[in-house]
This record gives sequence, structure tokens and C-alpha cells, in this order.
Amino acid sequence: MSFPWAKNYEPQQPLMKWLDEKLPLPRLVYNAIGAGYPVPRNLNYFWNFGVLAGVALVIQIVTGIVLAMHYAANAGVAFNSVEHIMRDVNAGWFIRYAHMNGASMFFIVVYLHIFRGLYYGSYKAPREMVWLLGVVIFLLMMATAFMGYVLPWGQMSFWGAQVITGFFSAIPVVGDPIRVWLLGGFAPDNAALNRFFSLHYLLPFVIAGVIILHIWALHIPGSSNPTGIEVKDEQDTVPFHPYYTAKDGFGVGVFLLIFVALTFFSPNLLGHPDNYIQANPLSTPAHIVPEWYFWPFYAILRAFTFNFLWIDAKLWGVIAMFAAIALLFFLPWLDSSPVKSSNYRPLYRIFFWILMADIVLLAVCGMKPAEQPWVIFSQIGAAYYFAHFLIILPIVSRIERPLPMPNSITEAVLAKHADTSSAATA
Amino acid sequence: MASETDTTAGIEDGVRRRDFINIAAVSFAGVGAAAVVLPLVNQMNPSADVLALSSTEIDISAIQSGQAIKTSWRKQPVFVRNLTPVEIAEAKKVPLGDLRDPQTIDERTKPGKENWLITLGVCTHLGCVPLGAAEGENRGDFGGYFCPCHGSHYDTAARIRKGPAPKNLVVPPYEFNSDTVVTIG
Repeated sequence: MSFPWAKNYEPQQPLMKWLDEKLPLPRLVYNAIGAGYPVPRNLNYFWNFGVLAGVALVIQIVTGIVLAMHYAANAGVAFNSVEHIMRDVNAGWFIRYAHMNGASMFFIVVYLHIFRGLYYGSYKAPREMVWLLGVVIFLLMMATAFMGYVLPWGQMSFWGAQVITGFFSAIPVVGDPIRVWLLGGFAPDNAALNRFFSLHYLLPFVIAGVIILHIWALHIPGSSNPTGIEVKDEQDTVPFHPYYTAKDGFGVGVFLLIFVALTFFSPNLLGHPDNYIQANPLSTPAHIVPEWYFWPFYAILRAFTFNFLWIDAKLWGVIAMFAAIALLFFLPWLDSSPVKSSNYRPLYRIFFWILMADIVLLAVCGMKPAEQPWVIFSQIGAAYYFAHFLIILPIVSRIERPLPMPNSITEAVLAKHADTSSAATA
Repeated sequence: MASETDTTAGIEDGVRRRDFINIAAVSFAGVGAAAVVLPLVNQMNPSADVLALSSTEIDISAIQSGQAIKTSWRKQPVFVRNLTPVEIAEAKKVPLGDLRDPQTIDERTKPGKENWLITLGVCTHLGCVPLGAAEGENRGDFGGYFCPCHGSHYDTAARIRKGPAPKNLVVPPYEFNSDTVVTIG
């Protein structure tokens, strides 16, 4: 894979030689995340988030498997089994809080990973497949997180399941039968809880599989870098190990500090108190809100309050919400600029930050109740979100005049180094 | 010799025996796979015990005029409301052209029992339980039901008047067994 100067795996001990001949697994690891994978020498800390997402997935799988040993997926006892984990199971409170906040941490690092890709143009050729697989992982994560949130069978769990499966009833003609089929009943109940548990256990392993494809696709062209210039020769790269294992190790340390601070000092900061009330199918909480990582999409869902053309408001909302994610699949072809990094794209860079502000605005709207002025803000925010990808981006990529670019990664690094050293002397 | 003639004859019309065998084998396997998918998909549908809850009997004798109760059918909330003559008159006053989902109150109640409005308590937007069945709850701008999740207002015949919901509250199938007992489902 990747570059001709990549180091070759040469086992020294007889045992490793024997193993390499029979099953070259150490060779695979060496070439994937060891000294055999040459990486651009100029990666900044935004390149940590892929590894951090992997760490977060492992934390979720480990804590999740342990929780499944104590949890009971039955609508009659699910809520109490979670309380049993919290009160009676040895260290159960810790494992559950780690799983709960681990989900939030997973989304934080994945969002930063996605924004890194947007800023530095990581989705562009020759890495389109890496991006497409990433969007698939993101969708799988959203499905997994939603189904996991239903399992404690609290009020937010139940009404979240009711509202989200309600999306499917917006489909004309077949919508209601599909919803009943998905739930295995006419409202969320035992059948739905059981199948959500089954899928919630399965999907993380599917995610792990798609991550392997994501890394495989990445290692064909090799990692991108902050200049967006492709690697030209050996001096542009350093081996992944020890250079980036060390840099990622530092990132993992910072990640874990924030994670344990959240888990130990304010484990319920990102949750909703209503979910500590057992599910009641006859009473909806006054203010239903999804978890924070769904807020922007929830705001887009609710932005349609009027019928338009021959499609009613409800279906428009659902279409818009799914389209907001599906749009990302087309991003590599919507942005036709050959320059990857925003460091050399003065115009795109401005719109990138406006998009970030727009996503924050949508998140705030998604958190607030569906009242003015939040309805109008979410309408403006949703319109801008689609305009960014469908109108602004194609135009900017055609009219923009990029800044002069260095010839190679090494030249960029040396120029930067010269700048800082002359500044230091001055 | 016979086989030689067969081969040449086959090639002339462009189809070999092997093509036939390939298509037949793959088709047969495909039909088999489809037959296996069927139960795997069908197991997701409501099971017999869920469907067995399909009818519920309710006693409506205690509901005074202007009051409503909340009960449950197929695990979904049901509102049974004893409309006052004023509420019925209000519902009749509305021209059908003003309605998003045009239905008269007569179409939504049983003949001779038009004071009994029986609907699901499931907002047709995304499925929250609207307020307005219990004493003192917000009944919205039209005096019927109000869904707090996304702000849908229903009138005294539980028809959608304002907000994102596309349809009126659903009237489930029901029968009057007597003047005081109703079977839903």
C-alpha cells in the first residue's frame, strides 16, 4: 500500500517469522498503523480525531457489553434494570455513566473529524471513497445512538422512539404499515424495545467493519495533510510509528481527561431529567428534545411548518432532515475546486466558518421549543445549510482565486520554520 | 455425433446448454433466498399477542357532558369526549373549505350519538399525546385538543386547524353495545 519507500516488515525472532509465513497479521498491523505506513510530516492536532473516534468506539463496545450483562430488554423491567445497574451492580453506576457520556464524546470527536475534513478538503479526489464510507459510519452511529437511548425505557426514550418512528408514517400510502412493521405494534412497546436492543448490540460491530473499509480506502492514497498538497517523495513523510502513535497518544490523554471529568463531575449534564421517569404511553413530556448531537437535524425537521407544492409539512420536514445528511454523499462532486486546504482558499474559508455558525444556530433552535423566534431562525438556518452545499459551494469553487501554494509539503514546513525562527530572532 | 450437432445448433441461436443451466440454477437459488427472506421480514410485524389486544370495551356512563376520559386501545391512548351542545354547534359552524382535512362532525361520530367524540389520542404529526382530555389542560385555540410537542391545534370535533399535523385525530373503529358501553376495535 501507499508509497514505495514504506518500510518493510522484517520479523527478527523465529516465532514471528513462523507466524508471518502462516498468517501475516503482524505485517498487516505494521503496514496499517506501524512504521510501515508513511504519513505526511506536517499533520496538526486536527488529525488526531480519527484515532480518537476509534478509541471512543472501543470504550462504547467494552462498556456496552458489560451493561448488557445486567440489563433486561423487557418493557416491564427495563427501567428498573437500569436503576439496578445504577444502585446495586458493583461499579454499575460508573459503567453506565461511562457508556452514556462515551456516546457524547464519540459524537464530539466525530463531528470535529468531519469538520476537519470539510476545512482541509479531505473529501476530494483521490479520497472520495474515504469520505463516502465516513458518511455511512456517521449514519450508522446515529441509528445506534438513537436505539441505545430508547433502552432505559424512560419518558424521553419512549417518546423519542414514538417521534422518530413517526418519521416513517410521513411516507405516503405505505407510511403507517411501515411504522407498525418497524415497531412490531401500534405504539412503541416490548417488541420494539427488544429489536432495538438486538440492533443496538449489532450495529457497533457493523461500524467497526466499515471503519476497516474506511482505513483501507485511506491507505491507498495515504493520509491528507493541512496543506492539501499530495506527498511527492520520502522527505515529505515520517513513519506512523513512532511519530504519530506518540502524537495520537497525547491526544488520547487529553480526550480521556475531558471524558473522565464529564463522567465523574457532571454525568447528567448532557442528559434530560425526564428520562429518569419511567415510560408512560399516556402522557407526553411537555418538552421533547433529542440528545444534543441530533439538535441541528431536529431543527431542520421542524423548520417546515407549512405545506408546499403538493407535499405536506410533515413529509417535507422528514425529507429535509434526511437530505441534510444525504447531501454529504455528493460533497466531493459539489466542490470542484482542485485546491483542498482552506488555508489557500480565502473565499471558501469565510463560508466554511459561516456554515459552522449556521450549524451552531440550528443546534440552538433544535434545543429550544418550537416557538417564535426559534421557528423562523431554524427556517433561515436550514435554508442556509442547503444553500451552502447546493449554491454557494459550486459557485465559490469556480470563481475563487486560490492563494499561491508551496511546491511540496517539505517546502511548506521549511517556510513556516524559517518564519518562526526569523520572528524569534527579531 | 448427436452432441456435436446439439452444440452447433445451440451456438447458432446464441444459447448454449450451459447458459440455460446457469440461469436455471441461479433463478432457483434466488427463489429459495426470497422464500427465506419472507419469514425474516414477516417476524417484524405485530405478533399474535399484540394483535389480541385489538378490542377494548369501555364504560362511558360516568362521563358528564363537557368531560372527557383517556383510555387505551392497542397500547395507544384513546380520548372519549362527551361534547356539549355548544361544542357541537361550533364544530358545525366551520365551513369545510377552511379545513385541512375536511370532515363533518357527523362523519366523525355515530348517528344519534353525535355528542360522543371518540378519537385516538395520538397527534397525527409525530405521535405525541395532545392535551385537552383532562380537566384544566390547554385545549388550544379552537377548544378541542392541543399538542405541546410541535404546536398542533385541534377543534371540538378533533379536526386539525393549525400547526404542522396533516390529518384530523383518527377515529378508531367502534360500536355502541348499549347506551353506556362502547367496544373499540
